[in-house]
Amino acid sequence: MSDPGPFVSTRGLGRVFDVSKPWLNRMIEREEKVFLTAAENVTFDIPRGETFALVGESGSGKSTIAKMIVGLLRPSSGTVTVDGVDLFAQGDLAGQTALRRRIQMIFQDPYASLNPRWRVGDIIAEPVRAFGLEADARAIKRRVGELLEQVGLSALDGIKYPHEFSGGQRQRICIARALASKPEFIVCDEPTSALDVSVQSQVLNLMRDLQRDLGLTYLMISHDLSVVRYMADHIGVLYLGRLVETAPRAALFDAPRHPYTRMLLDAAPRLDAFGRTAETVVGEIPDPIDRPSGCHFHPRCTHNDGTRCVGEAPERLDLGRGRAVACHGVEEGRIGEGRP
Amino acid sequence: MDAPMQTAKPDRFLGLRVAPLTRRRLDRFKQNRRGYWSFWIFIVLVVLSLFAEVIANDRPLIVHYDGGWYFPVVEVVPETDYGGFFETEAVYTDAAVQELIEEKGWMIWPLIPYDYRAPATDLTGPAPTPPDANHWLGTDDAARDVVARTIYGFRISVLFGLALTVLSSVVGVMVGLMQGYFGGLTDLIGQRAIEVWNGLPELFMLIILAAIVQPSFWWLLGLMLLFSWPTLVGLVRAETLRARNLDYVRAAKALGISDSTIMVRHVLPNAMVATLTFLPFIATGSVTTLTALDFIGFGLPPGSASLGELLKQGKENLQAPWLGLTGFFVIGAMLTLLIFIGEAARDAFDPRKTML
Repeated sequence: MSDPGPFVSTRGLGRVFDVSKPWLNRMIEREEKVFLTAAENVTFDIPRGETFALVGESGSGKSTIAKMIVGLLRPSSGTVTVDGVDLFAQGDLAGQTALRRRIQMIFQDPYASLNPRWRVGDIIAEPVRAFGLEADARAIKRRVGELLEQVGLSALDGIKYPHEFSGGQRQRICIARALASKPEFIVCDEPTSALDVSVQSQVLNLMRDLQRDLGLTYLMISHDLSVVRYMADHIGVLYLGRLVETAPRAALFDAPRHPYTRMLLDAAPRLDAFGRTAETVVGEIPDPIDRPSGCHFHPRCTHNDGTRCVGEAPERLDLGRGRAVACHGVEEGRIGEGRP
Repeated sequence: MDAPMQTAKPDRFLGLRVAPLTRRRLDRFKQNRRGYWSFWIFIVLVVLSLFAEVIANDRPLIVHYDGGWYFPVVEVVPETDYGGFFETEAVYTDAAVQELIEEKGWMIWPLIPYDYRAPATDLTGPAPTPPDANHWLGTDDAARDVVARTIYGFRISVLFGLALTVLSSVVGVMVGLMQGYFGGLTDLIGQRAIEVWNGLPELFMLIILAAIVQPSFWWLLGLMLLFSWPTLVGLVRAETLRARNLDYVRAAKALGISDSTIMVRHVLPNAMVATLTFLPFIATGSVTTLTALDFIGFGLPPGSASLGELLKQGKENLQAPWLGLTGFFVIGAMLTLLIFIGEAARDAFDPRKTML
């Protein structure tokens, strides 16, 4: 790649939702406005052609970040830059519109994300028509056939309706639709979590093949660590909207630094530790409306020092070799590199 | 949506290509025999009433006079053409004119040789006269033939009902789509505005407005449209609010499809079923409102054929029960047919049945 900079980068990305009651109710019940912070100060880079995975429990803000990156939601703060173009800056409308075609999204539920009233051929042709990528109906038809075959279906499947396909096939259709506008960056929001385990690997393999053949860049959203381990080059761990650790795949799985990452990895079932009693995750993810002070993880953390962790939000600490951690314990050297 | 990848022979209905879902709905509509027959009876009645001029008219359909052909229903023929004295249009009900024509030719009269406006000249007693061989349903207190008035009244009621239904659903669907799709402040302001608007007493407003302007067909249509468009807004808005969070609508947004395209092609079909199911009932309501306005005398201009006016005459002439009874049965039959059609349409679009 001639371009040395990251293809996709976010800087201080945040999103706050106003979940207050209506004004009159607030006045009468003497309540303050209530805000839900779904994402806060999220910063990461994705090099061209690589896969970055965001992992975290439910409610950690994974999907919010995905929606901001494809432009479905406006961020409250921070920037998203793709190939040098700021997605939300004022004034560069032409550049942003051109960029939108190059960013696509694959959704979690392949049953809901295809319009049941449309034929598959029309579904896949929609972005082609919308962006005027092909000249006439004949060219569109040929392109749709190509796309269907590219994702392992038959070109003749175009006349069928979505309900005639299985979950895995539908996810292939979703992938074909995402590919239709010739994107370079695809955001995958838990692309396999709605599928049977036997089909998951087929879809993942297809996505890897497409990445290799078309030079795609992926942002994977997942809570399935085995999927992340299989697909990702870099991994970011989210906790209550904050990125607590980012690391290359091998480093993260072999030597997790943040106590939360360690807890997640320990809780995941593993084949090589058969018979081991899995350590249960302590506590639950707190309410994102009323988040703990300081480091959000301190109520569940075994390394809580009781003062700094409770009072001060940890800064992102760059550890080199693509690693970054936000933890007072790591910064102060209380938490070492080895597994406890 | 054209489907270029179609290979099998497409299913067609009235020459239009239909999707399997539409085919199932058509079949289901036919299965409801009551609604299906009501539909055809209603269609036949409407088509017949559209040709009311040919069925009930005080001019002959065809006149053959002195080797020439005349069609007085569609053309104005001066009396001089028939060898009379006046250069104005011939009055065919006049015995003198009839004699002139019979001398040198013949004429064919419509089934009901009376106009809905002009008083009949062959009354056997003081108007209103009871039904007899000439006037099958008698005459009203202005000596006009009740059958003729009923046919024209049915036509104007149906046309008014259909026009109002189409216009108010177009406006209602558009407003509902916008409110539901954009949500937020648009929705909030729209909803409050509609609540205030709905709070206005419709009938009184119509009476006041009708007192200011002399209502014509189009005036009344416009006035009633002002009050009938919110009917569908709530329905369409609710469906749109649901649909805009569907994954495939989000997917289309993420693909970069424009808002208007998404609204029309992805969201609207979701709201269409509920809307179509509602239409016959809106038509029923429109017909009833027009009849009510005519009944209290604030409706169509005096002299126009109207079922409400017929009911009013029935009320004022209790000694002539054929007036009130005719009005009652015609309105009753028309509304019943519309309701039956509406029920069949509702069954046909019922998703729990079509998903079988």
